[in-house]
Amino acid sequence: MSRSNISITTDLITAHGLSKDEYQNILVILDRKPTLTELGIFSAMWSEHCSYKSSKKWLKTLPTEGPQVIQGPGENAGVVDIGDGQAVVFKIESHNHPSFIEPYQGAATGVGGILRDVFTMGARPVANLNALRFGDPDHPKTRHLVSGVVAGISGYGNCIGVPTVGGEVNFHSAYNGNILVNAMTVGLASADKIFYSAATGAGNPVIYVGAKTGRDGIHGATMASAEFSEDAEEKRPTVQVGDPFTEKLLLEACLELMAEDAIIAIQDMGAAGLTSSSVEMAGKGRLGMQLDLDQVPTREEAMTAYELMLSESQERMLMVLKPESEPKARAIFERWGLDFAVIGALTTTGRLVINKDDAVQADIPIDPMVDHSPEYDREWERTPDPQLLNRADLTPPDSLPDVLRRIIGSPDLASRRWIWEQYDHLIMNDTVVRPGGDAAVIRVRNTQKALAMTVDCTPRYCAAQPETGGAQAVAEAWRNLTATGARPLAFTNNMNFGNPERPHIMGQFAGCIAGMKAAAKTLDFPVVSGNVSLYNETEGEPILPTPVIGGVGLLGDHAKHTTIALKKPNEALVLVGVTTGWLGQSIYLREIEGREACAPPPVNLETEKANGNLVRALIENGMVSACHDLSDGGLAIAVAEMALASEGLGAHLNEQTDLPSYAYLFGEDQARYLVATSYSDAVLTRAKTAGVSARIVGHATNDGRLTLTNDDSIPLCVIRSAHEDWLPKYMQGS
Amino acid sequence: MLAFMKSVLITFPGTNRERDMAMALERASGRPPKLVWHTETELPNADLIVIPGGFAYGDYLRAGAMASHTPAMRSVVDRASQGVAILGVCNGFQILTEIGLLPGALMRNAGLKFICRNLDIRVETTDCLFTADYTTDQCISIPVAHNDGNYFADNETLDRLEGEDRIAFRYVNTNGQTSGEANPNGSARSIAGILNQNRRVLGFMPHPENATDPALGGLDGCPLFDALTRALS
Repeated sequence: MSRSNISITTDLITAHGLSKDEYQNILVILDRKPTLTELGIFSAMWSEHCSYKSSKKWLKTLPTEGPQVIQGPGENAGVVDIGDGQAVVFKIESHNHPSFIEPYQGAATGVGGILRDVFTMGARPVANLNALRFGDPDHPKTRHLVSGVVAGISGYGNCIGVPTVGGEVNFHSAYNGNILVNAMTVGLASADKIFYSAATGAGNPVIYVGAKTGRDGIHGATMASAEFSEDAEEKRPTVQVGDPFTEKLLLEACLELMAEDAIIAIQDMGAAGLTSSSVEMAGKGRLGMQLDLDQVPTREEAMTAYELMLSESQERMLMVLKPESEPKARAIFERWGLDFAVIGALTTTGRLVINKDDAVQADIPIDPMVDHSPEYDREWERTPDPQLLNRADLTPPDSLPDVLRRIIGSPDLASRRWIWEQYDHLIMNDTVVRPGGDAAVIRVRNTQKALAMTVDCTPRYCAAQPETGGAQAVAEAWRNLTATGARPLAFTNNMNFGNPERPHIMGQFAGCIAGMKAAAKTLDFPVVSGNVSLYNETEGEPILPTPVIGGVGLLGDHAKHTTIALKKPNEALVLVGVTTGWLGQSIYLREIEGREACAPPPVNLETEKANGNLVRALIENGMVSACHDLSDGGLAIAVAEMALASEGLGAHLNEQTDLPSYAYLFGEDQARYLVATSYSDAVLTRAKTAGVSARIVGHATNDGRLTLTNDDSIPLCVIRSAHEDWLPKYMQGS
Repeated sequence: MLAFMKSVLITFPGTNRERDMAMALERASGRPPKLVWHTETELPNADLIVIPGGFAYGDYLRAGAMASHTPAMRSVVDRASQGVAILGVCNGFQILTEIGLLPGALMRNAGLKFICRNLDIRVETTDCLFTADYTTDQCISIPVAHNDGNYFADNETLDRLEGEDRIAFRYVNTNGQTSGEANPNGSARSIAGILNQNRRVLGFMPHPENATDPALGGLDGCPLFDALTRALS
């Protein structure tokens, strides 16, 4: 054993994010003091990011099974059957901390990382999505962060040639010091050619492919597992640098090799680089691994074993090949101009043995390190129930059209065109529904099938009532998929929360999970992959709890999808679902009354299911020409968006007397859809039979106006400029 | 026997729209193009050579600069001198200007941002095998997706291009008029596509291959591929 000159002091242990108890465990596992390299390896493997030590207990409770699920959580990405021997492979992952420190590279490498997770499984990535949360638009850093993050996503995704087709963006002061960048990739694979990380065959060579290793990103996993403080900027060297060109080559080379019968196991080097990939492969295969770090291709000189094991240089993979395949594999990677190096072998010892400079730098029993990784049952405290809103406390607005104009031009609801026009959303020639609708629809090449995909979360609901918010996020994703006509298959989740060591944060986590679990169960919508990002706090200020749901659905025939755009004048607008005018935690309350308060709309999952199943059947039977789910901003925003998406049509809403107009128009009751139809009688009959509430609330027009009540009408062009202008003007700094 | 148009796609490390282009060519001509890797010194026999979009060599030096120094591109220049039809789209257009088959250069977009959206394009000439199926002044909607589409050439070159009717396409507004707003990448004289002197080499910034499928919205790219197929079969 090589004894480094650096002695393992208490300060050094703390700097590695390890607690006293965790260090004691290391001493027991090794039966001696660790070397510096070993300390680094334990620190990375036991970081929150890699070990899920605070969240594991709760994640285990989520439904992960269903007849469609081929691979649930625990691999690089989830795998779901879409028939005809094909599978969809997808996952979402956060790159929050790096994106705050260096927005372009942080976001770019977030995209690169999630792409690798998907093509590691043998899938060709066919779509990217992203869920972004920024601080208050007036915060001095926000504009710079929006600009950098969008450019980073654009730069990486466009160059590698995968369309970025969907996403969501929120602005809120709770993200001022801690933005969220969650990137999702969806890929397609043959169901019988999925690649996993578990290695087999002692003696088989361990091969490093892709880009060379440098000193970038050392300790990224540990950084992603700590709170931010004022010195965040000083952490810049721990942000990785992305190279989408190399990733494109790596993607093509891997897929080319995967078409051969050559790979036993493959794992991308993501967080904690060589450490986590080697431990993952050997650990899952119940084997040992010996690595000779002198063979690792490097682009910097004199890198130590510690640095090589912890570097998070991008665009790298670790593989175990069938020995006879090595020459063929080498030829493929060399043709793509990528490094290919045998850096070790599988062993039967069950130990990870790291050699460098003719000395053993680390010798760790893998199973104990993985099995004894910390798992905490953190103290948690239930979020107190919010008060119900008393509508009598509200002042009815003077002008409904003015309210609509303000809300549709508010930061959270303004058009995201400025963003998605920077993303190549058309490449690969399969984009059936472009960004801007409820969910994107991507055709499955050479078939009639299509995939619908969306990302959703309403953090203000989650903060007010985590359980409701968790259920709502899942239900809204399910609803968005349904609104295109797709059958929801499964989802991936990105749990973004504050410091889990605080009981009220852990309470938010537990509450959101409980809601997600209930929704996943009732809606037959299991979780197949996910990522947890904790410690999203700056100077003790946590973000809003943000459990982002990335949902994927299947259309048997892409020609039968629907969009939000109104198609024909005089078609009836039928509102499916019950409207009570719920304004607690609504956008209306925030933008017009200046209050983020009270209880969010309740989520009735059985109603969600019945309403969604009806809407999907209507779309399948060609009975509706347009469909939009009702969410932020309620009915008025939905009808406005349907008109704005159309080719010049307007809409007229009927008078109603059940509710005050502002509550009727802007309430955010759940489980609702607005559909346009030429067959309203048949639609209402179908709804009645299904026991679903539905009624005609208006019709499409060709007068170029939006009529909210008999007395309140506004030209669509006014709404359009409010909607379209906010983001570009904001980004210009005016 | 009916002779199909034989097309070849030149690909580089970082090319990424070859699949889209192959789909459009196959739809029009009934047979898939042959893909040729940049290291090839001998090109197969072809009626049409296409250089598709992407980020050849990552475009890290200057869009198209590295690609123009490859063996395959040297062969493309030879074929061009023999009168073989050559289509360069997006990155392909950039490569054709870098290698000198077309005049001018494509600079960073005026707004300094990547632009992906459908633009209105006016057909400026039908006097070439690429645009024969359109009508002069016809307005079509074709998507663009690029960072560097800002066409630049000196005034003398631009005058010559205009004088020789070698401007194939321009960016226009919905009324068919050129304007600053309709030309988001800032191209000189709103140029979207140009021809070489013998009118058999076209460089085109928008992506006609992404407007050839009714399921994806828009068929305005079809006449380009159909005309080529008819002329070259």
